[in-house]
Amino acid sequence: MLRFLSLRLASSLFALLIITLIVFLLSHLSGSPVDALLPDDASQEQIDAFVRDWGLDKPLWRQYLTFLGNALQGDFGTSLKWPGEDAMGFVLDRMPATLNLGGLAILISVVIALPLGVAAAVYKSSPIDSGAQIFALLGQSMPNFWLGIILIWVFSVWLGWLPTSGMGTIAHAVLPAIAIAWFQISALARLTRSAMLEVLDAEYIKLARVKGVPEWKVVWKHALRNAAVVPLTYFGILAASILTGSVVIETVYSWPGMGWVAIEAIRGRDFPVVQAVIIAYAVIYMISTLVVDLLYVLVDPRIRHG
Amino acid sequence: MAEAPLLEVTDLKVEISTKAASFFPVNGHSFTVRAGETLGIVGESGSGKSMTAMSLARLLPKHAAHIRSGSVKLDGRELLTLSEPEMRRVRGKEIAMILQDPQTSLNPVFTVGEQISEALRLHAPGPRRTLRERAIDALRKVKVAAPEHRVDAYPSELSGGMRQRVVGAIAISCQPKIIIADEPTTSLDVTVQAQYLRLLREMQDETGMAILFITHDFGIVANLCHRIAVMYFGRIVESGPVDKIFARPAHPYTEALIAALPKLRGQQGRLRTITGQPPVPTDQIAGCPFAPRCEYADARCRSELPPSVDADSAGDHSASCWKVDR
Repeated sequence: MLRFLSLRLASSLFALLIITLIVFLLSHLSGSPVDALLPDDASQEQIDAFVRDWGLDKPLWRQYLTFLGNALQGDFGTSLKWPGEDAMGFVLDRMPATLNLGGLAILISVVIALPLGVAAAVYKSSPIDSGAQIFALLGQSMPNFWLGIILIWVFSVWLGWLPTSGMGTIAHAVLPAIAIAWFQISALARLTRSAMLEVLDAEYIKLARVKGVPEWKVVWKHALRNAAVVPLTYFGILAASILTGSVVIETVYSWPGMGWVAIEAIRGRDFPVVQAVIIAYAVIYMISTLVVDLLYVLVDPRIRHG
Repeated sequence: MAEAPLLEVTDLKVEISTKAASFFPVNGHSFTVRAGETLGIVGESGSGKSMTAMSLARLLPKHAAHIRSGSVKLDGRELLTLSEPEMRRVRGKEIAMILQDPQTSLNPVFTVGEQISEALRLHAPGPRRTLRERAIDALRKVKVAAPEHRVDAYPSELSGGMRQRVVGAIAISCQPKIIIADEPTTSLDVTVQAQYLRLLREMQDETGMAILFITHDFGIVANLCHRIAVMYFGRIVESGPVDKIFARPAHPYTEALIAALPKLRGQQGRLRTITGQPPVPTDQIAGCPFAPRCEYADARCRSELPPSVDADSAGDHSASCWKVDR
């Protein structure tokens, strides 16, 4: 158990190291930072000073080590677009907004998808099942930016129930969270359904019934606990992609989160901030897969001992 | 027979209806099991023996299979008309079951102790600690070594024979009146099989419970059972005490099955086999279903279904055959 955890943690850290390398190389791939970062009419002294400050005259591997050393201390440089702002600090300021929205979207998708998938499996080939299938098809065939716009049109413009954009009350978060969750609900519900169908045929389900266990407990305790590994695997991807993939929806709803920062920074060629955003996303991704691995262990003892 | 039977099944019919076809895998059979007795139900795959077992617990696959007629009485109480919650109190408490495959009949994500005490909690609730004690007790009864440790083990940490003992522990934990064992030893090694059968018999001696043992293996039946019911094509074709059936099988099918058993002593020629294929449940057969494979069959056998008749004067051995006195 402890070995499993330390192994997982070590591999995560290694992956993070690779990511810093990629991020570092990418910022050098697009030409010299000098061209990117300094105005076209910069004087030679300005360029020399810049090269010295940034250590650009040193070999690439030295530059990387310096970058890594600074990054370890949380120093990704200062923002170019928002002068005076510390790049990572600026990104971290926006992180709670993204986490709140993503958390709400995750909550919505799990609360709707799990019961929907379970019900579709238990009442296989019934109207409930077909309904869930149609719902899932609808969800997976609608791009989320389009859904986002339609939701604004219906609920904000037409019905006037909810604000169109921005952040403030919980009402502001409802539409973007639904727009993010929608696709995930369909995917998660379908996975849950197929995993449950497989498990419900198992002998141990029969044995539970033979013991006199009530049917709801057979489904929600004996079957779901076994079927959970499949949707849980997807949940890792889901959590990560909701948290990192909200770029589009944050833009549609002008939600001032990390995604919005990322778009603005890319637009403004603000390299330090872009690097900071990518690293922050990578860390979020890693933490969510790590959490899923921990949940595996809780759900399925075979993984604990395997 | 002064004593009333513990389990009395009369004219049980189970229908399976799909869009394509509808047929009766269990087609009107009757049998009884007395307290403390072991009845072996023997038959080939597809003869309806597992279907019989599941219909006694009223756990037939929903929508597909239905009990069409008959009566199942346990201790004089009709089970087929009970409501689902009432039936749930019977399952596990009065009728316990041991399923076929020990590899898959335990839930892999719960400990052995949790799975035993779940049954206890439903039928004889008590505080957590005593439930655990009783689970350990049940494990001890089925001769699991170091039950205090094994109670916290997951099924994946146990061997196949051990798992099947755990299934047995679940079955006996609530002191049922009858255990239905549906081919419990089919997937076990022969040595483990023998141990398990001995264990079943010991548990029976201790508790006085009845066992309905379902198998395709005549050899097991000879060792374990008091009486046998032989099934063919959804019907019981012969039933009687073990020794009588082995000594003087009344139905040609039983006779052929026994002739097909390998013998330990004496001259061993080629094993005898039964010619032809067993009918599939969807077949429509007018006469005796065994007639096409029967060496004694004549015109009447092929056109009229034989009734059950006594095979001797004692009244405890009967067969459904026109040629009982062949």
